[in-house]
Amino acid sequence: MTESKSFNRVATIILTILVVIAMLPILLIVIASFTEENALVRNGYTFLPEALSLDAYYYMVKQGFVIVRAYGVSFFVTLFGTCVSVILTTMLAYPMSRRSYKYRNILAFFVFFTMLFSGGIVPSYIMWSQIFHIRDTIWALIIPNYLVTAFNVILVKNYFQNSVPESLVEAARIDGAGELKIYIRVMLPLAIPTVATISLFTGITYWNDWTNALYYVDNEKLYSIQQLLMKIMNNIQALQSSSNASLLGTGTVDLPSTSVRMAMAVIGILPIVVIYPFLQKYLVKGVIVGAVKG
Amino acid sequence: MPTTKTTGKKKRFRNLPLTLIALPGIIYLVINNYIPMFGVFLAFKDYSLVKGIFGSDWSGFANFEFLFRTKDAWIMTRNTILYNLGFIIIGTVCAIAVAIMMCELGKKVRVKFFQAFLLLPNLLSWVVIGFIVYAFLNADTGFVNNSILRTLGIDPVSWYSTTGPWPAIIIIVYLWKNIGYQSIVYMAAISGIDKSIYEAAAIDGATKMQQIFRITLPMLKSTVVTLTLMSIGRIFYSDFGLFYQVPQNSGALFNVTQTIDTYVYRGLMELNDVGMSAAAGLYQSLVGFILVLAANFIVRKVDADNALF
Repeated sequence: MTESKSFNRVATIILTILVVIAMLPILLIVIASFTEENALVRNGYTFLPEALSLDAYYYMVKQGFVIVRAYGVSFFVTLFGTCVSVILTTMLAYPMSRRSYKYRNILAFFVFFTMLFSGGIVPSYIMWSQIFHIRDTIWALIIPNYLVTAFNVILVKNYFQNSVPESLVEAARIDGAGELKIYIRVMLPLAIPTVATISLFTGITYWNDWTNALYYVDNEKLYSIQQLLMKIMNNIQALQSSSNASLLGTGTVDLPSTSVRMAMAVIGILPIVVIYPFLQKYLVKGVIVGAVKG
Repeated sequence: MPTTKTTGKKKRFRNLPLTLIALPGIIYLVINNYIPMFGVFLAFKDYSLVKGIFGSDWSGFANFEFLFRTKDAWIMTRNTILYNLGFIIIGTVCAIAVAIMMCELGKKVRVKFFQAFLLLPNLLSWVVIGFIVYAFLNADTGFVNNSILRTLGIDPVSWYSTTGPWPAIIIIVYLWKNIGYQSIVYMAAISGIDKSIYEAAAIDGATKMQQIFRITLPMLKSTVVTLTLMSIGRIFYSDFGLFYQVPQNSGALFNVTQTIDTYVYRGLMELNDVGMSAAAGLYQSLVGFILVLAANFIVRKVDADNALF
């Protein structure tokens, strides 16, 4: 017993240290965003700043429109993309889960093969930009890559197969329900736990995605929060809308650029950190389910 | 007989409603995944924007010849494979260690806290992680140069143009982002082990360490083998964000940060060398495909339940 206790103590200490290491980098940028600009230039980013200030956030409120628009783009892409993704994914998974469906094996292979082989980014980039002309449209942030993934389809299919008895479907059929009705009225309500899981993962994917923006978006009206962050890393002036920049002229000199960079990163993380405590449980469950049979 | 005829007809169309329900998803996968598969022929073309996809001249294996004659092919292949091997070995060891400690603490409230905090970095985008690394490594205002090196009396380092430390930096950032996620997978595997085995061992006087090395680790073997083989199947693929955002796309670091994925991106978007980029992409897809098949073949021999197919 005492041995087990001392083991527990050591484990607690090591894990606490790991948690501190995991959190310190995030803490550093939060503190940096509240540090006074001159103190930053003198001492660099540090955990114990000489002077605190809200200048970075004041500055961002002044530039509010650019940030609000980027937030808007990110929220729209995340919500819309996740909804469409869930609908398409469950609609594809449902027939695959039906034992009486003749083409279920062909369909399963069709979905699964996309996990094994991919044409790569070059053909797909040329297809989306030159055949579908998706460049600089909001669809460029939603459609390529993420709407239907084999991983999610297989996750939902397995859930339908293991948790929804075939007899339930048969009963609904005898009651005269068509397949679409069975899918909407019977399968979807029963699939809520797994729909929650894939929504969560898909939502995080969309919120965090920057690659579609990198490939397909140049128009600054369509900047998502991630793309705005990328632009700011390269050029802090990107935060100023072009009209402001021309009005201000040389006024850009007193821009608190060192702290604003980090304040922007904090703004980018904020929504995730805010919803995380409520979703953590489902996330852990999702990771386990996905790992066991993915 | 008329009755059999109608049931026959019914049977023939019985699959139609289900097919229609699946159709939108099928169309998406055909466009997003299957059409680009046929697009790999671009690797055999001397692509020109003016002549278009089909109008460009065929160039046979010229793109591949050029690609493999340069040092780039060797550098990106070496980097992709070595980093992945590092991730697999170090990542697995760390994740299992964390998982064992978490499981030993049982169902205490603090385990939930540990898990929550360790998983959080996994939810940050690579862009944000790029900012965080920049806060540490930036030459003028970075934490490392200003707070650590200055205190130790060491000259500041220009991190984004010094190749030496980058293999370590990349691996640390990878671990920081992924350990929480991976340890959850192993925690699930450990909690599946029959508790009575531990009770019996404890009665026989086995110490905690003995229990870990003689029971937990051997019981995890098949999970480790399966996950490792699956990672080896993906060894030709790298996390684009880790190798693009974290080094800030710094040209001075290409020697140690260029992977196949970043090469394909740069060829396509920055150098406009579509043919070469497509050749590198096809090289990745083909070798990757063979590796996945091989890995799955071995998993099926070791542990058929965990095989992908």
